Amino acid sequence: MGGLTKQYVLTRFFMFVLTIWIGATAVFLIPRLAPGDPVTSMVMRMTEREGRVENAQELIAAWKERFGLNDPLYIQYFRYLGNLVRFDFGYSLANFPTTAWEMVRPALPWSVRLLAVALIFSFAIGNTVGALMGWRKTPSWLQNILPLSLTFTSIPYFMFGILLLYFIAFQLHLLPASGGYSRDVTPGWNLPYIRSVITYSILPLVSIVLTSMGGWALGMRGLMVGVNNEDYFLLAQAKGLSPARVFFRYGVRNAILPSLTALALGMGGLISGSMLVEYIFAYPGTGYTLYRAIITQDYTVMQTICNLMILITATSVFLLDLLYPLIDPRITFRRSQM
Amino acid sequence: MIHRINETPKILEVKDLSVHYFTSRGAVIAANSVNFYLRQGEIMGLVGESGCGKTTVAMAILQMVQSPGKITHGEIWVDGEELNSLSERELRQLRWRKLALVPQGAMNSLNPVLKIKEQMGDAILAHERQLGRATLKQRILQLLDDVGLPARVYEMFPHELSGGMKQRVCIAMAIALNPPVIIADEPTSALDVVVQRVVAQTLLDVKKRLGVSMLMIGHDMGLQAQMVDRVAVMYAGNLVEVGPVEAIFEEPLHPYTQLLIESIPSIDERKPLKVTEGLTHDLRNPPPGCIFQFRCPYVTDECRAGRPPLEEIAPDHFVACFKVKSARLA
Repeated sequence: MGGLTKQYVLTRFFMFVLTIWIGATAVFLIPRLAPGDPVTSMVMRMTEREGRVENAQELIAAWKERFGLNDPLYIQYFRYLGNLVRFDFGYSLANFPTTAWEMVRPALPWSVRLLAVALIFSFAIGNTVGALMGWRKTPSWLQNILPLSLTFTSIPYFMFGILLLYFIAFQLHLLPASGGYSRDVTPGWNLPYIRSVITYSILPLVSIVLTSMGGWALGMRGLMVGVNNEDYFLLAQAKGLSPARVFFRYGVRNAILPSLTALALGMGGLISGSMLVEYIFAYPGTGYTLYRAIITQDYTVMQTICNLMILITATSVFLLDLLYPLIDPRITFRRSQM
Repeated sequence: MIHRINETPKILEVKDLSVHYFTSRGAVIAANSVNFYLRQGEIMGLVGESGCGKTTVAMAILQMVQSPGKITHGEIWVDGEELNSLSERELRQLRWRKLALVPQGAMNSLNPVLKIKEQMGDAILAHERQLGRATLKQRILQLLDDVGLPARVYEMFPHELSGGMKQRVCIAMAIALNPPVIIADEPTSALDVVVQRVVAQTLLDVKKRLGVSMLMIGHDMGLQAQMVDRVAVMYAGNLVEVGPVEAIFEEPLHPYTQLLIESIPSIDERKPLKVTEGLTHDLRNPPPGCIFQFRCPYVTDECRAGRPPLEEIAPDHFVACFKVKSARLA
């Protein structure tokens, strides 16, 4: 008993595929439920821009044919699924010859890098702060200081970003205000570029970490307070174990479990980017791309980002499911009882 | 009745122990000047209704009273060392080596995410750091065998064990360092009757084999009657009677003990519950005089004026009651 069983892995994998399929179907259906169609609205935009477009009706008909929008819905659906499997997301509607994937791909590393680092920092700091706040043996001076670190949580993160921008970038000139890297470095594996990327990411990073760690901390505090009253926690103290061992092996080890689930779910956010923060700092990530796509009604780019989000979330939940029985031995057991 | 000879050394001595819980509406006196001792190799029962302070006394002996509780007064001597004056570090070294705990038989005494071998190993390694791996494994397997558990329990997680098995793991863990004193806090509660017997028997076996002294907290009077050598009866934070088990059950002296004994259910007669719940006074404001005056059928003005001290009426038999004292003197 305990550990991974074949049936457990297969069930989890089935859930993984099912999640992606349902998500992709929703992404396919939702724009088609909305009134109007992207081709007409694009041609109308062109008409607005240029005053008049020759043969607008023929243009719409030709493009509908080109994008296969005249086929029955189920044909479109199967073609969509087939393309998805080959990672073909179609052309960007707003920037025609460019594909949606080409629009999203350059932004991906920026967002994933920024948000993965932010997620790691806020998870680690938040949970540490929370665990210490919830532990009875934490020295009282620390107990009094720690809640102060959570004051930023009540500020919306984009507001906090604007404050940082104003004071640190414009008033004190300590850090750059916008962009992904300095204009006078050449992108590539060279030190000035890497240093520039790091410098430019500090402000967005700080505004995300400081405003999001409170959530982790409060959750962890509650769980830790619960663990404090568990019989096994008291018994661990009675055994004469060192406080650190009691704290980690009997306290945090148990209290962290629900946070890990939340962490896996938070992974999906890596792709969607942190739209407002990226917008404020003009950071070249997917959040900014998504923002551009929304204002230009670029459905295919939006769909691409949504599908990637679903894929990443489902993957991280699947991986967590595989790890969970190793972290919490009760999981597989419960499943097999059903 | 022949009383045991009292030459056996005292292994645990609680002197004048007071524990208060500090709340915003005043201090709750959970234990008030508690005095008792435990002789080497004996089992002493600490009984009383819920909320009377039994567990508080146990936690105080272990130096694990949780905030907002505090030991406000008293001394606790275990095997020649006074615990209240020890530093956190000295205390940690003494714990489990001199003083082990068998927790309540509830489901939560073992860490759900660690294997039995890790939890037992933790306790042993915390005090014997240089122990080799093979020796440690041998030790744990021997301990499991001592309490009648199969060797496969070694690799198991708590959720794979039944309630009785978990409790026997806890007993095995408690005897791991061969401590002179074990505190068992309602070791058989939350277990069914058959399993209760098995666990109780395991405790008795262990006691017989190792000569360990035990303080057994509980409210199951029937079980106490069969297991312990002496009984201490607690009411509202005060000890009201301490005496040999036969004396307590056959001839209880304190009115509260009498009510308690009379309330033990039996199959022969359906009797009304003599001890009624919820009549205890506010523990923040104990009345002047006897602690039991509001529920005592024999209360007099003397009881309302002054508090009777716990006095030795017969060898090894202590009672805190004016009526009993005057009856004896008369």
